[in-house]
Amino acid sequence: MPRSSARHHPLPWLPVLRGALFALPLLFLAIFYLYPLATIIAFSFRDVGWAASGLTAILTDSYFWGVIWFSIWQAALSTLLTLLVGLPAAYVFARYALPGATLLRALATVPFVLPTVVVAAAFAALLGPQGLINTLLQALLGRQALLNLQNTLTLILIAHVFYNFSVVLRLVGGFWANLDPRVEEAARVLGASRWRVWWEVTLPLLLPAVLAAALLIFLFTFTAFGTVLILGGPRFATIEVEIYRQAVNFFNLPVAAALSILQIVITLALTVVYTRLQERASRPLELRPQAVTRLPLIGWRRRLLAGAVIALIAVLLLLPLLALAYRSLTLGGRWTLAYYQLLSLNQRNEFFFVPPLTAVRHSLLFAGATTLLALLIGVPAAYLLTRRGALRAIFDPLFILPLGTSAVTLGFGYIITFDTPPLNLRTSPLLIPLAHTLIAFPFVVRAVLPALRAINPRLREAAAVQGAGPLRVLWEVDVPIVARAVLVGAVFAFTVSMGEFGATLLINLPQYPTMPVLIYRFLGLPGVTNYGQALAMSTLLMLVTTLGFVAIERFRLGDIGEF
Amino acid sequence: MPRRSIMLLLALVLAACGTGATPTETTPPAETPAAASPSAAPAATAAPLEVTSVTTEQYPATLTIMAHDSFNLSAEVVAEFERANNVKVQFLKAGDAGEALNRALLTRGNPLADVFFGVDNTFLSRALQGDIFEPYAPQGLDQIPAEFQLDPQHRLIPIDYGFVNLNYDKRSELFRDIANPEQLPLEELTKPKFRNAVVTENPATSSPGLAFLLATIDYFGEERWLDWWAQMRDNELVVVDGWTTAYYTNFSGSSGQGPQPIVVSYSTSPAAEVYFSEGQLTEPVTGNIFPPKAAFRQIEFAGILKGTPNRELAQRWMDYMLSRRVQDDVMPQMVVYPVLPSAQIPEVFQRFAPLPPQPAQIDPETIARNRDRWIQEWTRTVLR
Repeated sequence: MPRSSARHHPLPWLPVLRGALFALPLLFLAIFYLYPLATIIAFSFRDVGWAASGLTAILTDSYFWGVIWFSIWQAALSTLLTLLVGLPAAYVFARYALPGATLLRALATVPFVLPTVVVAAAFAALLGPQGLINTLLQALLGRQALLNLQNTLTLILIAHVFYNFSVVLRLVGGFWANLDPRVEEAARVLGASRWRVWWEVTLPLLLPAVLAAALLIFLFTFTAFGTVLILGGPRFATIEVEIYRQAVNFFNLPVAAALSILQIVITLALTVVYTRLQERASRPLELRPQAVTRLPLIGWRRRLLAGAVIALIAVLLLLPLLALAYRSLTLGGRWTLAYYQLLSLNQRNEFFFVPPLTAVRHSLLFAGATTLLALLIGVPAAYLLTRRGALRAIFDPLFILPLGTSAVTLGFGYIITFDTPPLNLRTSPLLIPLAHTLIAFPFVVRAVLPALRAINPRLREAAAVQGAGPLRVLWEVDVPIVARAVLVGAVFAFTVSMGEFGATLLINLPQYPTMPVLIYRFLGLPGVTNYGQALAMSTLLMLVTTLGFVAIERFRLGDIGEF
Repeated sequence: MPRRSIMLLLALVLAACGTGATPTETTPPAETPAAASPSAAPAATAAPLEVTSVTTEQYPATLTIMAHDSFNLSAEVVAEFERANNVKVQFLKAGDAGEALNRALLTRGNPLADVFFGVDNTFLSRALQGDIFEPYAPQGLDQIPAEFQLDPQHRLIPIDYGFVNLNYDKRSELFRDIANPEQLPLEELTKPKFRNAVVTENPATSSPGLAFLLATIDYFGEERWLDWWAQMRDNELVVVDGWTTAYYTNFSGSSGQGPQPIVVSYSTSPAAEVYFSEGQLTEPVTGNIFPPKAAFRQIEFAGILKGTPNRELAQRWMDYMLSRRVQDDVMPQMVVYPVLPSAQIPEVFQRFAPLPPQPAQIDPETIARNRDRWIQEWTRTVLR
């Protein structure tokens, strides 16, 4: 009777393994987040002392209050808009058997990886005074440049929706797909209207995933750097932009550090509120395989909704991407492959020349390492958060704080802490996936947590009663339910790494340039071929990323991903 | 079943270590053995100079150069130094000029690299006050004009220079009836004709932005420069964060095809349009606007970082930076002028990148004393 003996004498090494797994995220954060952060903050205040520190300077200056206020409200607005646009799409992707859904979902995630300068150029080509839309409006209405969005809040908001749309699509959509539609059907049968079912049944069930998506989007836009600096122009500044200005342009480290602390405190406060809401919203659910929950695309109502969502994705997300690809393929109105050919030609015999395939390889290598690391750290972290107890109150915000921390501050922290053996990592390429993991693993945690919390404990109990050991319960109950969420986390980890630029440049050894680094190198020089090659490289980045997503979705952790 | 999940986890751990760890082995970072460097160097001068496949492992030492993102040289120029000195040269790019310098300042005493390249004259005082450079007068310094040598103690040595000024789009209608756009006075730009025609970079986030702000201070004088900027703001001057956005998104003369026909850029940009056009252009489509004092001269310096274990090799690299070999390479690779007067300049740049007749002059001390105040006054006047 091997089964019953396993139940009565649990594997002795299991608690050790569990402890080691739980220690992994904590150790990682302690070494690669808390230690460098604490060191740079202490360093910044070393000479001035706390009393005369930047904190008082900030809190007594109305300018900084303006910056703080702008960061908060533009992020709130961006989050709201992204949810409004993303939720219908999440519904359609979760519930309907959409043709080409994988590719569409992949394309919708591509904006995440594009450098802001390139996106700015794409938007200028579309919405600028001489852009596509204005030219069209002019032809239709016969009036000059109606639309000028450059350096407006509107453009910042459009860009934020453009970048974060996929967070809602994947995070909420992934959860929604496994939600048992019979609950809604029951409510309908009992006579509730469509809206009432949505408001009183569906939304409350979805709330954990919606909250997780909202938190991530808020933090991403709250700490926005490139979009605000480049698209909004110099009139707008978030705390993150101000930290950069103070640290890099004025070398005023006390004020920069004080602003960083402030940003972390706000993040902390937000996470506490989120945790409360999240706890109240989570409930055990009957999650179902997607094959069962998915509806065929029949009837005019469903087709109309699906069509509208696809049209929205096309206009908001694909049009700018296509504009980029188009411009990389044309020269003076004629089709050409010249920029792509030039990419692999070291015509000026430059020392820093990198063949495009080498950059692709580096990008994929770093993204692969980041994805694995982020899963390895993020999944145990999510499990840690499902346990009851006082410690969770500390860990929950800790696992989100890296997203609210200034990259410049942390970057400076890295170079003054990891400067002696055994942690002399300042010029090690290992730092790139480590830094990327820091940004990527909160996505894994927030993707996995709602699914994990929704697992009905009765399922686990039932399995245990039937004699399954703890690992078997994990394999047969948890893994199938969480697999889709892990996949979502993996996609985001991959995306974050493919598109990340700041940290990569910080530790960039010219031997290991990534695709975004190469794009920036081309954009640093005037002339038609440099610009063309930047566009060609951006197009390659889109292509490689899309293929990467498709590959990850195919991999699906074996066959169980589809649940 | 349980075994499979553990195997999966193990595979993940191994894969994570594997992919991450492999690259480290190939790059010995900053802690290259100090003993190997100075004594090993001289032997190499006699080494045969044939271009055989010299693999990186054959060099006993590594010299690390930290530079900003725009640094570039020909592959052969770097390889020649490596062969002649039996050393592997490794480059660290550390962000834009300001960011790179701050990294060097933060790591004082335990530097990331042996040599730093890319301090310009607007950051010169910050760098010197930070006390991070060793004095050294390289060979050939006597050939460099005195006007470039701004540090009498030779902690920072001039390597190249360039000018920041306005570029204009020759195809724009605005210039059709202007006889000599090159000499267009800045005062003209406040006229209604040039409404919404100029794009500049924010001096608080961009080095050409700051350089042009300094030019206007010399051009108009301390009393009048802010008035001009206020008038420009009223004339719908466009301000963006940095050069790339200004040039590629806003400027109409470049390949970005933006709305503004006038941009704050470099005096070499029009020539670069021809140089980087792959034979498409024989004549620049853009031109320089530089009436007297309206172009700011940026000089870029290099120095040996204090605390380097490779002092002697670092000195050789500094000598090399001022040699004909590197100085000839400065214009074609970095699109700035070499400080060595006898250095070669490609024909395109000789024809289309003339030096501005009378550049703006502000000494680094004055810049250091006033920079933050000027930026703040500019910000209040133009942005708020």
